[in-house]
Amino acid sequence: MRYGEVTAVDGVSFTAQSGQVTAVLGPNGAGKTSTIEALEGYRRPTSGTVRVAGLDPIAQHNKLVNHIGVMLQDGGVYPSMRAGEAVELFCAYHGNVNAPTELIERVGLGDRQKRTWKQMSGGEQQRLKLALALAGRPNVVFLDEPTAGVDAEGRIVIRDVIRTLAAKGVAVVLTTHELGEAERLADHVVILDRGRLVATGTLAELRGEGQREEIRFAAAAGLDVASLGTHLGATVSEPTPGEYVVNVAPSPDNVARLTGWLAERNLPLADLRAGRQSLEDVFLRLTGNGDV
Amino acid sequence: MNAFVAQVKAETRLLFRNGEQLLLTLGIPVVLLVFFSSVSIVDLGAGKRVQTVVPGILALAVMSTAMVGLGIATGFERKYGVLKLLGATPLGRPRLLAAKAATIALVEVVQFVVLATIGYALGWRPNLSGLLVVVAVLLGTACFAGIGLTMAGRLKGEVNLAAVNGLYLLLLLFGGMVVPLGKLPGPLRAVGRILPSGALSEAMRQAVGEVARTSRPWIILVVWATLACTASTRLFRWE
Repeated sequence: MRYGEVTAVDGVSFTAQSGQVTAVLGPNGAGKTSTIEALEGYRRPTSGTVRVAGLDPIAQHNKLVNHIGVMLQDGGVYPSMRAGEAVELFCAYHGNVNAPTELIERVGLGDRQKRTWKQMSGGEQQRLKLALALAGRPNVVFLDEPTAGVDAEGRIVIRDVIRTLAAKGVAVVLTTHELGEAERLADHVVILDRGRLVATGTLAELRGEGQREEIRFAAAAGLDVASLGTHLGATVSEPTPGEYVVNVAPSPDNVARLTGWLAERNLPLADLRAGRQSLEDVFLRLTGNGDV
Repeated sequence: MNAFVAQVKAETRLLFRNGEQLLLTLGIPVVLLVFFSSVSIVDLGAGKRVQTVVPGILALAVMSTAMVGLGIATGFERKYGVLKLLGATPLGRPRLLAAKAATIALVEVVQFVVLATIGYALGWRPNLSGLLVVVAVLLGTACFAGIGLTMAGRLKGEVNLAAVNGLYLLLLLFGGMVVPLGKLPGPLRAVGRILPSGALSEAMRQAVGEVARTSRPWIILVVWATLACTASTRLFRWE
């Protein structure tokens, strides 16, 4: 997908299954919104094919709107409209006469129905946008940064609604620049960086792909890595100050020898991770990008 | 409740909740009507002042609702992503436009009832052709809605707000709405006649029987309405 001279998204290919949460993850400017907007029918890809529920999002847009629910990254609601009115209106668009009350309770805004959009907090606005996306009982839901700017309590509500949707067989596609959100919510992760697909798979697959024989730990910066290496019989590196990687199998024995070496020198251990990598490790290794 | 009815209800409710919109569509026309009917600051010519003032103010009411009210509301809906999100619902553009048209019609009915009632109380006794009034309102609405939507569909929220208000003032002053075109100096009168506001106020004066009927303002209105509606469909950007 191009904007003028700029190619924003290039060669990205993935499938989001029903009953699963697919997270499109990447730093700001990675092309997440452009990708999701191609799925919603807002943007026409310069080349390539997009299908949602078997439909072409642009050519068959009139049919598509009956199957999808959309939550935009910014706005979407009349500033002086009350929460209750907005939900009622969106339900009316879809002919769902009985749904409004249930829907507004579901996102925890039952006591905020009389508030207008501009009177609501950022977190309340996000929850209202989520409710509007669900007004048509969609099979496919697109959520652009659903938890951005939401307080802890609101995040719990939003995550719960998203998980329930997936459990009912809805295909949920969300974007996020927060690894933690993807880790908590996603069954399937699509990692974008500078408009390119860098990895795709389940959380387990992505972590497994990067499975290495290594122990990672954090301690004071500038340790004598050569000495430690000799002690463990392996190479030790310090990729960033105070973060160490030991290229040795993460056996209890090796971990004991590592902590023993630190204990002899009275060096406190800030963090220790053996074996399985976090999504963050995978992400940093794939994109070489700390800005997430 | 179907989508169209729900949209008309929502648009009307938001409009009557908005103080600036009420001031624009009812407040200002009512104040101008009462003021110029009772105070002789501007020489309005022979006959009862109210006879001259009412048709101009009716034309102003149409311009306020169709151009300024619609234009500003639509400009902000575009800015706040309202129109973008509507694009992902089954409402669709044709029904959204129909709902906006119906809302304008509703507001115009309220305006005309209020203004005509006040005018009557001030001694206005028209000799009107209902059909011509309706035609004038329809043509005027098409023309001003086209202008309002063209601007709203192209300019940023605040720029649009300022531009629409500025245009409103110019069209009001030089369009024979408060001061009849005949009272303007020659060159200004010529310009005023071809302005959409000038054409609409002349058409309205003819429709209520204040002046003799001619075809000129009606032709000018049709041309403006065609141009403005074409421009709005060509130039409007939904986000």
